[in-house]
Amino acid sequence: MRLDWEIAKRGWRRYAAYPWATVAGAFTNSIFGFLQAYILLAVYRHRAAIGGFDAADAVTYVWLAQSMIMTVYIFSWWELAWRIRDGSIATDLARPLDPQRYWLAYDLGRAPYHFLFRGLPPFVLGALVFHLHYPSPLDALAFVVSLTLAVVVSFGFRFVYNSAAFWLLDFRGVVTLSTTVVIFFSGMAIPIRFFPHALRELCYALPFAGVIQTPVDIWLGKREGLALAGVIGLQLLWALVLIGLGRVLLARATQRLVVQGG
Amino acid sequence: MVDAVFVWRKLVGAQVRSQLQYRMSFTLDVFGSFWISFIDFLVVLTIFHNISRLNSWTVHEVAFLYALSSITFAFTDLLIGHLDQFPQKIRDGNFDIVLVRPRGTLLQIVASDFASRRLARVLQGTIVLVYALSGLSIHWTAGRVAVLLVSLPSAVVIFGSVWVVGACVAFWTTDGGEFTNAFTYGGTTMAQYPFDVYGTWLRRLLGYFVPLAFVCYFPALYVLGKPDPLGLPRALDFLSPAVAAAAACVAGLTWRFAVRHYRSAGG
Repeated sequence: MRLDWEIAKRGWRRYAAYPWATVAGAFTNSIFGFLQAYILLAVYRHRAAIGGFDAADAVTYVWLAQSMIMTVYIFSWWELAWRIRDGSIATDLARPLDPQRYWLAYDLGRAPYHFLFRGLPPFVLGALVFHLHYPSPLDALAFVVSLTLAVVVSFGFRFVYNSAAFWLLDFRGVVTLSTTVVIFFSGMAIPIRFFPHALRELCYALPFAGVIQTPVDIWLGKREGLALAGVIGLQLLWALVLIGLGRVLLARATQRLVVQGG
Repeated sequence: MVDAVFVWRKLVGAQVRSQLQYRMSFTLDVFGSFWISFIDFLVVLTIFHNISRLNSWTVHEVAFLYALSSITFAFTDLLIGHLDQFPQKIRDGNFDIVLVRPRGTLLQIVASDFASRRLARVLQGTIVLVYALSGLSIHWTAGRVAVLLVSLPSAVVIFGSVWVVGACVAFWTTDGGEFTNAFTYGGTTMAQYPFDVYGTWLRRLLGYFVPLAFVCYFPALYVLGKPDPLGLPRALDFLSPAVAAAAACVAGLTWRFAVRHYRSAGG
């Protein structure tokens, strides 16, 4: 536990070391927040509600999602894949610490940094310009739990697609396709609630909804009581499944690992 | 100019050959790029699953805007690249090498980031264009054809100029490479939608001052024969080439100014 904490601190520090990258990213998230907010507000000129979201829900969704992008690290993550490709993974495996546990601790140290410094500024900006919805104290607490699980689900999936590098020499296509799947099925590009009914139900069953849509639903008070416990339970289940899958892949790969020139 | 084209072709050719070395991974890469750029159009379709018009715009009209923005973005990306790798050169001091070579600095930078997989975006833009045209009954006059044909290279020049100015930020903030994403992806996303959906201040700032409205909104109004929902003078529909020329001048001057302020990291 002490070790995990130390690794997590390094995850935080690594990203804190580049303040301008944080400013640049928050700027970009804000631009996208404004574009998407205005586009969805134009949609709501024709409809009062879509899939249980009113206009203020949708705009809140936009700013929350922009704020969560980096916290849940929705874009491509390559770190493990690069270490496999250049052979550094051999050193990692020789350490008395499991690589998956290492990267998870690192990621859980990184996420709060991105939440505070990449997430908060665009959200505050959005809140100053638009009318947003805010959670009840209980929902706010549930949101924090759900967001933490979102990071773990996202990490679990990132670890799985990075493992492809054990089998493929060039893994770029796999990473791009996996990123595409997360962006679309998590509701990052547009809320899942806007999809046709069957697709919406499918998305809610898949793990990716737990990365963006579920925490936002909770923030907006769309999940109460048993339903709230249900969606958090589903996130937890997917987190365990994906972490488990990552473990299996890592164990398989370790048995047949050949390090070129290592 | 002839020399610039020659250098660009030489440098790009070398990159294409290296990228085609691994056929399988190239195919996967193109496939991945295709779908990740296609998400934006799925968003448009999802919006129109819920409404039949966005302000006064039908799905095919928005698809037309989307296709123009997407295709011109793709060509800009092929010609000059994303400019998101070169901040790394500034950080590690490798920009020094660019400075001592007897060719233009901007030329060397834009020719060093060519990725064949970006053809996938041209493909998806073209598919959307076919979809848009299939649902539109455009009365093709000589004027409309001319405006469309002139607006495409103009759009590429405007996009390119905006990206170059955005990339210049890297000379002052060595780790601020992500600024470029706001200008590249942000710019194309904005141009994919009709400008009357945006708030007035955003339209003024990013539509006219940063002239993204001239990328495809104004030319598209003319080609589609739509009245401007914003009631602006129709002369604007024909201004894209002039705006492109002005933008290119601003970008060139900004780049010169920025390069003069380059401080080597001592690489």
